[in-house]
Amino acid sequence: MRYGAIAVQMHFLKLISRNSLRHKLRTGLTVLGLVVAILAFGLLRTVVDAWYAGAENASSTRLVTRSSISLVFPLPINYQERIRKIPGVSAISHANWFGGVYITEKNFFPQFAVDEKTYFDLYPEYLIPPSEMKAFRTDRKGCVIGRKLAETYGFKVGDTIPLRGTIYPGAWAFTVRAIYDGAEAGTDTSQLFFHWSYLNETLRKAVARRSDYVGVYVIQISDADRAAEISTEIDALFGNSLAETLTETEKAFQLGFVAMTEAIVVAIRIVSFVVIFIILAVMANTMAMTARERISEYATLKALGFGPRFLAGLIYGESLSIALAGAVIGILLTFPVAHAFSKQVGTLFPVFGVSLETVFMQVSAAIAVGFIAAVMPALRASQVSIVEGLRHIG
Amino acid sequence: MENASKSIVEIRQLTKSYRRGGQVVPVLTNISFDIMPGDFIALMGPSGSGKSTLLNLIAGIDKPDGGSLKVNGIDIAALPEAELADWRAANVGFIFQFYNLMPVLTAFENVELPLLLTTLSRDQRQERVELALSMVGLTDRMTHYPSELSGGQQQRVAIARAFITDPLILVADEPTGDLDRASADDILAMLVRLNSEMGKTIIMVTHDPHAAKSAHSIRHLEKGELDVMPQR
Repeated sequence: MRYGAIAVQMHFLKLISRNSLRHKLRTGLTVLGLVVAILAFGLLRTVVDAWYAGAENASSTRLVTRSSISLVFPLPINYQERIRKIPGVSAISHANWFGGVYITEKNFFPQFAVDEKTYFDLYPEYLIPPSEMKAFRTDRKGCVIGRKLAETYGFKVGDTIPLRGTIYPGAWAFTVRAIYDGAEAGTDTSQLFFHWSYLNETLRKAVARRSDYVGVYVIQISDADRAAEISTEIDALFGNSLAETLTETEKAFQLGFVAMTEAIVVAIRIVSFVVIFIILAVMANTMAMTARERISEYATLKALGFGPRFLAGLIYGESLSIALAGAVIGILLTFPVAHAFSKQVGTLFPVFGVSLETVFMQVSAAIAVGFIAAVMPALRASQVSIVEGLRHIG
Repeated sequence: MENASKSIVEIRQLTKSYRRGGQVVPVLTNISFDIMPGDFIALMGPSGSGKSTLLNLIAGIDKPDGGSLKVNGIDIAALPEAELADWRAANVGFIFQFYNLMPVLTAFENVELPLLLTTLSRDQRQERVELALSMVGLTDRMTHYPSELSGGQQQRVAIARAFITDPLILVADEPTGDLDRASADDILAMLVRLNSEMGKTIIMVTHDPHAAKSAHSIRHLEKGELDVMPQR
């Protein structure tokens, strides 16, 4: 290779680094733009990831059975034993969405009335100390809350959480008996669980016709490959009944929620790419100006015997180094900014963390911006006529 | 015709024209002449006479429309672009009116630049650059950037860069055009030394009759045609 010697490559890198810092203000502003763009891109991608976090962390051996009409229609409690008998079903539990308000509506976090005896056996990713679990199970007004929820509102074991019922009207209060941690980083620890039996007893006294119903059944199956088959069997069992069912994998169930807000997710995705496109235009303009100013230098280098590839390499190198400088700072800032954002939105996004995939996409976007922005200037520099270039005044 | 068999540059029936606004403007018409090894030629003429075009053709940075142009026996007009670039790197030293130094490189690095295209080791390059800079009197300015040097000093760096690869010919396009009289005389003296002491063949374009007097002979171009005015 003609420029293959290490010393020559060092000169090449020296030219790139010094050229990059030639117009410090221009380079600084371009890097700043890149930092903002890469940061915004990373945050928006993280928001999209957070949207899908529930589905991503869903178990492949859990099915969810709900009313085939809508999630708002409950299912009779007596379905539970009939489902349990289906071959392949290894465990079953149930839950009701409670939808209570803690002080004001903006303090949103998910609350479920669950079968305190069986529910947590289906969710081994919720790590609860045995003593706290025992305390929860023996207190009918007790509740289990996740670590993130506890930290967000400062709840401790023994505290009372007052909730204003919306689906189940009235003033409710639950005593924190256990705090669970997530087994994995993606485990949702922003939820509250209390005794379904307490909810049912209260309903029986106040609105008897609403008692003995559950929102969803959660079903553990022994073989993930039989999920479709078992789902069909469950739904067939209640076909032509007053409360027909729809059974799907937990992932499909979670994706159903995402689908309801898909327009927002699509909009966020589009905005994230628009941000990159804008910075691409800014970067391309910077590189075009840079190359235009240096036409006579490129002509001189050509006259001295340096080839078009060397000149193109200088421009690609400069463009990529500016883009990567912006990317590195942008990525490093994404983590604290995402953390601050997560704190700000509280439990709105139960799982909110910058994934490795997002970082990879940020780096890829920066490389693409650096590369594409250099294409035209590099082409122009490599094709410049020496005579014309030497006449050029930058 | 001059003694073509010994000439270093052999030009025959050379023509060149440019296209401007859809019109073909002839710049050089049937130019024929030879340059001997060790010659120092000044090309003079009014603006637009074609002297810089002729210099560019000899230096291999432009291509003629017709005729032949041989340098040291090689028909450079027939060389493909990549080979021509290699040929320039090995055989031509350039001195420009506005010095054309890389502003981000020091005097040392600018002079070293053409050597990057050779197989010399780092130590060999360093030795050569230091010698070249000492020959142009800039040993104490090696680490200075062009912006930290006067015009005359920058042109001396450019001269060092031009002869660092020991080229066959040096081409200088208005080398004193941007300098005051004292600096210009300094540069001309340096070119005379390169010619007389190192035997370098120099072809210099100039408007300045005073500068032209440094050359062995003056070739006058007018409307694309050449006449000869021997100096000594």
